[in-house]
Amino acid sequence: MNVKMVTGNEAAALGALRAGCRFYAGYPITPSSEIMENMSRDLPKVCGKFIQMEDEIASIAAIIGASLTGEKSMTATSGPGFSLMQENLGFAAMGEIPCVVVNVQRGGPSTGLPTRVAQADVMQARWGTHGDHEIIALCPSSIQETYELIIDAFNFSEIYRTPVVFLMDEALAHIREKLVIPENVTIIERPKPKDGPKDYKPFDINVGDIPPLANFGSGYKYHITGLVHDETGFPTDDPQITTDLLKRITTKISKNSSKIVKTKTFMTDDAEILLISYGSSVRAAKESVLQLRNDNIKVGLLQLLTIWPFPSSVIHEISKKMKRIYLVEMNLGQLYAETRIVIDSNIPLIKVNRIDGELITPCEISSKVKEG
Amino acid sequence: MYNNIILDRLRVDKLPTMWCPGCGHGIILAALLKSIDKMGWEKENTVVVSGIGCAGRVPGYIDACTLHTTHGRALGFATGIKFAHPELNVIAVMGDGDASAIGGNHLIHAARRNIDITAIVFNNDIYGMTGGQKSPTTPHGYNSTTSQYGNAEIPFDLCKLVEGAGATFVAREIQSNHINLEKIILKALQKKGFSFVEAFSVCPTSFGRRNKLTSDATKNIDWVKSMSVTKAQAEKRTPEELEGKIITGVFVDIERPEFIESYLKYDLSGANCEK
Repeated sequence: MNVKMVTGNEAAALGALRAGCRFYAGYPITPSSEIMENMSRDLPKVCGKFIQMEDEIASIAAIIGASLTGEKSMTATSGPGFSLMQENLGFAAMGEIPCVVVNVQRGGPSTGLPTRVAQADVMQARWGTHGDHEIIALCPSSIQETYELIIDAFNFSEIYRTPVVFLMDEALAHIREKLVIPENVTIIERPKPKDGPKDYKPFDINVGDIPPLANFGSGYKYHITGLVHDETGFPTDDPQITTDLLKRITTKISKNSSKIVKTKTFMTDDAEILLISYGSSVRAAKESVLQLRNDNIKVGLLQLLTIWPFPSSVIHEISKKMKRIYLVEMNLGQLYAETRIVIDSNIPLIKVNRIDGELITPCEISSKVKEG
Repeated sequence: MYNNIILDRLRVDKLPTMWCPGCGHGIILAALLKSIDKMGWEKENTVVVSGIGCAGRVPGYIDACTLHTTHGRALGFATGIKFAHPELNVIAVMGDGDASAIGGNHLIHAARRNIDITAIVFNNDIYGMTGGQKSPTTPHGYNSTTSQYGNAEIPFDLCKLVEGAGATFVAREIQSNHINLEKIILKALQKKGFSFVEAFSVCPTSFGRRNKLTSDATKNIDWVKSMSVTKAQAEKRTPEELEGKIITGVFVDIERPEFIESYLKYDLSGANCEK
């Protein structure tokens, strides 16, 4: 058994390399910088490319460019840098170019609390870039999950031909715990086009909702633009083509949400009270469940590993048998509205939040639950 | 003969271009296509990247791998492509505002890094596509929709900027001096390292009409000609005489370690990279 003691940032880099990431471009920012440093050390060993760019805008631009040549590509940043990346994140969504963007969340807004934990970019991940779009965002709570889930992030980006946001947080990035390197993992490679270069269209809906992306330099020549485009990739402002394009690039993710949504449950079988959480606050929530169970309170936990697309069906289903639900987040309740609309209105949904840069504690959650 | 070369390298089904009558961009595009052809670059292994604006539409007309990205970011995307696959021939096409205002940071850092990309700025002294606002290259005292009483700012000398940042090839030419423009672009494409060409275009619609040059292309071209001075001529003139002039020629043609070659040398020296 291959076991390591690593931090979350190290696990993210290790998982990315295992997933086949061979191109990293980034700009230093706390608390994500160790991902960059690890990639700088380890990518050359596997003949990968590492480049430190002049800012976050150039970093995401470079990984999108590299991805177009067929390399699995990644950048990592934190809140302020993630804000700078938003325009090009939308370019990747519009051009349907796979890439993985890690955001190790810290306190905000603005420079905020650079060395402190927060989960304040959940909505930035969803709606940070302009225009109607869908995004995939995954959120691990442990070192093991970080390693395994970032492999899913790369796989989803290739399967759905989309950027994927990997939402970590400062606490997870810097804790050190056991990582068991799995012997077997599923790695998805980019589907190759069936059409030859002459007939190839980069957005050909006749071959499916997610047309294969040919790599630059592989004998194919075509055009990609951030403008609304037809199946050939060239710009158009035809109202019908515009509607069809936007519907396709959103539904390709929303209609596959059951395949993308990952959740875990903890002691929910007989639970009457449910905690919902994600990221490092899951760790406190789990401990809180144990505390409350000691007091004979029947509580369980639903952990969201996928934040976007939102796990609406899973939450709706599990909520039916609950008397009360607590949404535990280290922000002011960014997922409250999303959660509220998927559970019946007669079931109370109560916010449990912490925003002071400290990790939320099990006792805080437990006492909130005991308040009723 | 030239016509056939140009047509072969164009996506003719995308013609006519979306540029205004009298626009200089098509002439610069022709020089670029002829230079690419002289390099013998295969279309499938040539990548042309652009940002936003009138120059941003250039790649759409070129029969190659083409990428029309976000405003100012062409060089970021181009860097990723070239670094990931150094065997590809990568050209970044930018407008003056695209390259030197919103994209200025990427321009100086691509030059400093000395990555083997050719950057061509189609400089028409104005933001044409958005309706004629002043750009960082709009001459002092000239009018635009955002300098309606004369431009109070001092324009960039883009060649000096890029030279200072470390580019290994820096040149400027006006579109009407077409033969020389083509020669200069060819030299830039041949250069191993970051090469930069500032190609002076004209924008009769948005610059000319507001600066007593009218929308008549010939008057705009004549004005650019009248403002231009070759490097050799410039050496005989005083700084006062050269105020506001467009100095043309090759300013830098030097050797420095190229970024990707250095990466292969330092970072990948210990790795077994046979694929």
